[in-house]
Amino acid sequence: MNKLVNSIREAIALSGLQDGMTVSFHHHLRNGDHVLNMVMHEIAELGIRDLTVNASSLFDVHMPLVDHIQNGVVSHVLADYISAGLGKAFSAGIMEKPVQFRTHGGRPCDIASGKTPIDVAFIAAPTSDTMGNCSGKYGKSACGSLGYAFADAMYAKRVVVITDNLVPYPLADFSIAENYVDYVVQVDAIGDPRGIVSGTTKITRDPVGLVMAQYAAKVIDASGLLKDGFSFQTGAGGASLAAAKFLKDIMLKKEIQGSFGLGGITGYMVDMLKAGCFKTLLDVQCFDLGAVESIRTNPAHREISALQYASPGSKSAAVDSLDVVILGATEIDTDFNVNVHTDSQGCIMGGSGGHSDTAAGAKLSMIIAPMFRARLPIVTDRVTCISTPGKDVDVLVTQGGIAVNPAKTELKNRLIDAGLPVIDIAELKEKTERITGKPQKLTHGDRIVAEVISRNGDILDKIYSVS
Amino acid sequence: MRRSMLFLPGNNPNMLINAGCLGADAVIFDLEDAVSPAEKDAARLLVRNTMRYMDLDGCEIVVRINSVDTDFWRKDLDTVIPCKPDVILLPKSAEPADIRLVDEYISDLEEKLELQKGGVQIMPLIETAMGVENAFAIASSCKRVCALFLGAEDLTADLQCKRTKEGREIEYARQRLVVAARAAGVDVYDTPFTDVNDDEGIVQDARLAKALGFTGKASISPRHVDVINEVFSPTLAEIEYAYEVVEAIRVAKEMGKGAVSLRGKMIDAPIVARAERTIAMAKALGLDRTEV
Amino acid sequence: MKILKVACAGTLESSDTYVELEPCDELEITVESVVEKQFGDRIKQAVKDVLSECGVECARVRVIDRGALDCTIRARVETAVLRAGGED
Repeated sequence: MNKLVNSIREAIALSGLQDGMTVSFHHHLRNGDHVLNMVMHEIAELGIRDLTVNASSLFDVHMPLVDHIQNGVVSHVLADYISAGLGKAFSAGIMEKPVQFRTHGGRPCDIASGKTPIDVAFIAAPTSDTMGNCSGKYGKSACGSLGYAFADAMYAKRVVVITDNLVPYPLADFSIAENYVDYVVQVDAIGDPRGIVSGTTKITRDPVGLVMAQYAAKVIDASGLLKDGFSFQTGAGGASLAAAKFLKDIMLKKEIQGSFGLGGITGYMVDMLKAGCFKTLLDVQCFDLGAVESIRTNPAHREISALQYASPGSKSAAVDSLDVVILGATEIDTDFNVNVHTDSQGCIMGGSGGHSDTAAGAKLSMIIAPMFRARLPIVTDRVTCISTPGKDVDVLVTQGGIAVNPAKTELKNRLIDAGLPVIDIAELKEKTERITGKPQKLTHGDRIVAEVISRNGDILDKIYSVS
Repeated sequence: MRRSMLFLPGNNPNMLINAGCLGADAVIFDLEDAVSPAEKDAARLLVRNTMRYMDLDGCEIVVRINSVDTDFWRKDLDTVIPCKPDVILLPKSAEPADIRLVDEYISDLEEKLELQKGGVQIMPLIETAMGVENAFAIASSCKRVCALFLGAEDLTADLQCKRTKEGREIEYARQRLVVAARAAGVDVYDTPFTDVNDDEGIVQDARLAKALGFTGKASISPRHVDVINEVFSPTLAEIEYAYEVVEAIRVAKEMGKGAVSLRGKMIDAPIVARAERTIAMAKALGLDRTEV
Repeated sequence: MKILKVACAGTLESSDTYVELEPCDELEITVESVVEKQFGDRIKQAVKDVLSECGVECARVRVIDRGALDCTIRARVETAVLRAGGED
């Protein structure tokens, strides 16, 4: 049997892709990805039209997608996250059908259940053997975990692996197994390593970020959850990383041995693993070289699929065992609803990713955000877009005080007892507006450009065009 | 209560507007080294407006003006004094005349602006060999002087030695300043620890300063503020002891006894004074005796 | 105060405002801001207030705002005015 085909175009032809079908991509190569653009270019050349693109995330490197939409090659987009440059185009209304935003858990759930079937999955693989056993841990384009690609591989009707490091059969340390793979294509480069992973992520020097990070670590310390067996997830943002650093100091001082670190993994989480703060890292995505190196060499650092990470349809998911998650926000309202989809002008510039999955699963979900960014207060009466519902958000940490969800009275009392500056969220809003002034309300356009689908499948909110 | 003082560059709006949130007991708006000569005018107005319009949440405001051997210091004072900063930090303070010059200028401004006389304090920044030699005279040069402040970076340049993390080269200056300040009855602040990535180093350096008798320590990074506040706060054991001292004195007075001993040691006036300071600080920190 | 020459103040960094002044026969103010929709009117008002406090009646004023607070905007405008009304 020979799965190896000579070109992406040949693989597309063999896959039987036709007008109106769905293709899928993962985003482990992030802003260094070449595969989506290469594949979509060939599809356009073949004259196939009216496709649905189901991508776990889209980055600005994928700007050519705008042309494919305008030329009718793509008519619908599903994604968990869309970065600002591309988001601006969607917000301007380039596509007739609204974008469907899911969460990192909701996407594989709907793929597995058949709600969003995939006809052909194109899987960028930093290393693959000739039968399609593939991995992200090796090769010049190494990205570490391939967590978001598993559901695509398992449930798509046809699966094409695209690699720039073809190795003889069998690749021993594979992530995705050959039994899912139809075709393998070798190309010169699946991506640009500079855009795939960052170098060493450094702790923020921003004074406000550091103050918030210190509060965040103290909130965790006071929450009652920081004891042996503790589990933790944090983002790759400056303040979140600094919080992990301060948390590590507390854990080492108190000799607390946690159970696992989860999520997108950075070198900081790897340091915590090495220092004995965790027994295991469960890694759905690597953010930097330190994480890639660790997942390749340390057996305690495990790759997990997005299904295991966060799918509400799985028999269990790691987020359900999570104690604490630190998350960001572009806006949060006085009901604790959080927006991570749009910027201050209402333009798409992000998405839930694992935000709502971890917020729903974790015992303590904490938002870290400054009181205001470029004069715009973080706390509003109503967020422009609900990405994560307020019922799943427990505490907001800002440099000007810590607001606790009123439903969490025990947590609130613990923080007050620890001497932390607890403040009512409405009061925090007023305090901020005394500094910034009260912003005038934005008006939005009348077209719906995106729908935000909650992890349960309901439409949580709609995003309107920018006027 | 002033344990930590945090330097913020005077022409950086992003830093200034968050001054009240950074955890420091006092912030130092810097018009001197952090501002280039061409931007002194801009920094003055920015610092003035920050004081005028921002609520700094009870954080004390110190302004470092330019030294008296420049053309800037008078304009600095003209601009900031109307906003009533708590303290003026005077760099390169080398002799009592420097302090008196600034004292007189501030007094004239206070009179002209009909401000409370003597409301603004002066903190001489000792950062030259001459300043160290004149420390006591400087500390007692006028009523406005509230504390001495050691600046080790410029001092080591003047001493023609290398500034090291261990700080052997400033041992004498540190001890001399503590003695001079205490003799004059004012507070004394230690130089910043400049390696912002050395988390262990700052703890050691702050503990050393506390052990030598410094009131507190300055910092160039908000990362150090927490450590400084912790090191310069009384420990629970110290608070407990202070209450015991005060109680022993009360009992002795009731019984009409002159000499008082506690834990086998005689309690004299300085010990009582220190106990009272510790209790006052504990109260300011919100540490109730019941928690002790 | 009279605007005698071209002058500027401030920077284009986040939370700051850049102000350019030049002599003109009337008062012309243009504001460009990352938060124009939310704060455009307030920014313009702050600029006008400072100009009038400084007694500036005629000038061409260009403001590029990066999300500065009023206290910063006011300081930058005042600095530019003082620089533009210089001795020479």
